[in-house]
Amino acid sequence: MNGLLLLIPVALGMGLAGLAAFFWALRHGQFEDPEGAANRILIDDDQ
Amino acid sequence: MNVSAQPGAAPISTVLAVPGMHCAGCMSKIESRLSAVPGVAQARVNLSARTVAVTHSPELEEPDLVAALAGIGFEAQPRGDDLAPRSSAVRPLLAPLAVAGFAAMNVMMLSVGVWSGADGSTRSLFHWLSALIGVPAIAYAGMPFFRSAWGVLKRGRTNMDVPISIGVLIATGLSLYETVAEGRHAWFDGALMLLTFLLAGRALDAMMRDRARAGVDALLRQAAPGAMVIEEGGTLRWCASRDLAPGMVMRIAAGERLAADGEIVAGASRFDQSLLTGESAPVPGRRGDPALAGTLNLDAPVDVRVSHAGQDTTLAEIARLMEASTQSRSRYVRIADRASQLYAPVVHTLAAASVIGWLLAGAGLYKALVVGVTVLIITCPCALGLAVPVAQVVVSGALMRAGIMVKDGSALERLAKVDRALLDKTGTLTLGRPLPDPAIVVSLTAEEGAVCLALASHSRHPLSRALADALSAHGHRAAELSDVEEVPGTGVLARWNGQFVALRRPESAAGIASALMIGDHPIRLISYSDRLRPDAAEALARLRRLGVEPSIISGDNFAAVAQVARETGLLAQASAQPAAKQEAIARLQGAGSKVLMVGDGLNDGPALAAANASMAPGSASDVGLQAADLVFTSESLLALPRAVTAARASMRIVRQNFALAIGYNLLAVPLAVAGLLTPLIAAAAMSASSLVVVANSLRLARSIK
Repeated sequence: MNGLLLLIPVALGMGLAGLAAFFWALRHGQFEDPEGAANRILIDDDQ
Repeated sequence: MNVSAQPGAAPISTVLAVPGMHCAGCMSKIESRLSAVPGVAQARVNLSARTVAVTHSPELEEPDLVAALAGIGFEAQPRGDDLAPRSSAVRPLLAPLAVAGFAAMNVMMLSVGVWSGADGSTRSLFHWLSALIGVPAIAYAGMPFFRSAWGVLKRGRTNMDVPISIGVLIATGLSLYETVAEGRHAWFDGALMLLTFLLAGRALDAMMRDRARAGVDALLRQAAPGAMVIEEGGTLRWCASRDLAPGMVMRIAAGERLAADGEIVAGASRFDQSLLTGESAPVPGRRGDPALAGTLNLDAPVDVRVSHAGQDTTLAEIARLMEASTQSRSRYVRIADRASQLYAPVVHTLAAASVIGWLLAGAGLYKALVVGVTVLIITCPCALGLAVPVAQVVVSGALMRAGIMVKDGSALERLAKVDRALLDKTGTLTLGRPLPDPAIVVSLTAEEGAVCLALASHSRHPLSRALADALSAHGHRAAELSDVEEVPGTGVLARWNGQFVALRRPESAAGIASALMIGDHPIRLISYSDRLRPDAAEALARLRRLGVEPSIISGDNFAAVAQVARETGLLAQASAQPAAKQEAIARLQGAGSKVLMVGDGLNDGPALAAANASMAPGSASDVGLQAADLVFTSESLLALPRAVTAARASMRIVRQNFALAIGYNLLAVPLAVAGLLTPLIAAAAMSASSLVVVANSLRLARSIK
């Protein structure tokens, strides 16, 4: 029971952190150009 | 350009539409080219929207940026306000989906604890935690469904969202009661999982529409959005179409499209009116003649005084005719809604019957209600909500890779049912632009070909560009020319190896032609004509095999239509006005046919809107692109049978999905009615049926090549 009291808040906290990160990404334009993001990885920036 | 003179000037930002980019190579080329322009601080491509946002110093102007892109082969237009990206349909669904997914996972974790034997105060704690997470999440993530359900209920109708909302709300309410009363079962997990799956389905559906709309918007931006206007004193200024006013004088270069109706005040040329009337032969126009918006100036620059602009043009007239004819479209009920109209009453009756049945059998009110809710949850159309969108998203993705853009899912449903096809001639069955006679292109010697290609590549005239493309395709290499001069209305003149060479308008010729002159050699006459699209015969044969009988309906004159009719072996109706095309469709629909209209012109707009389903080639007019359900960008007409086949395949899968979803319900409902169903089994059955439906839909990706 003591373990639960620790683990449940930890689990919920981690979930909430993920959710908060997603909302942050949504608000900062990370989903504006999904197609471009997929293609950008192929660009060689070496030269 | 001296940018460093004003280091303090605040940078401004410009967004350019670049419809031609499609890969990582294009992105990097565009970004590095723009960054190299002095004065540009940053350039960032948005590939999804086919735009590039440039931050630059104020003294750098749009035409400089456009010219820089033109230098590396990308056509760019400043993005007008009216073409700003419309709000995406996916974004409002992303946040509810994330919340529902997060809550469903966490509540499921607690539920697993309850299922595996948590008891007493632990179970109560878990239920309270679930309620704490679940109730706000359901209130937030369920909003799209509650709003839509309330909207139709107010009008006394029903749709898929009504049973979903009722099921979710009752399950939440009873779970709250269970939690307070320290009961054994709560259904927060079921309700949340249901919302997650359904929101995922909705998001997929919206994603498909967004993607196709972006493609069509990119095509629309290619259309001339304005004209060069001659101001007092003779200076030229670019003017967007919406700012054109009667009385202004536009200078239309050869190869440009008119942005407004008007009267020619200087110069003489020939105009291609095929988008407007379907007429394929160029119409000559000289001083005093009217010129119509949407027509293409073929030969020489002309000055046109604007008589009507914007909403008063012939274009706008056709648009009004179209608005009246979209009724058959709006009357169409999507298959998911038709299914739910049958499904919802059955489910609700079943739930009510089980409550009454248990009460009559002597059970308490509480026990009876629990059984009723279980029936509602297990029959909640979770897999049904995914059945249609997943299949349609997979098909439209596959079609998009084949160069066919599907504007929305209902278009696929309507297209699957067509049994008649009406095809416009100019620009649809044919390519809609004059191409050089292949026999003549082949007969040119290597020398003639090289000179001809070099001359043609010096001109932006449509005929020259078509000729240059054909010659390059034949493997000719351009010769080295000197003293090249383009004389508007005449042609390109130059010197080659000390001889005078020219590609010019012939003195006299029947139809469209250009003359190639090399020194004292005899003049070669190259004739042009509009040609059938590649694979036209094969495409029409395939349509017939699919049970779709094609025929031609064209606004062009009888002789021109008769020739194409002979070549394709189709029945044809010539000289059809826009209204006549609409009538022809209404007649066929009256006889019980489902009509597919394929057309590109403005004159096809009303017919495209009136038909059960419609397609337009990517080269179509704005009106054609907007009115059509599907747009194909390939030159080949094989896009038609391919789209019909894909639409039918998607409907077959949708029906299988319905059968699978309902099959699961048929297995689970008796258990629920008998009161034997635990939340564990309900959750498992729901996810399993959803996964099976998704997996079944993915088979489509392979079946469409």
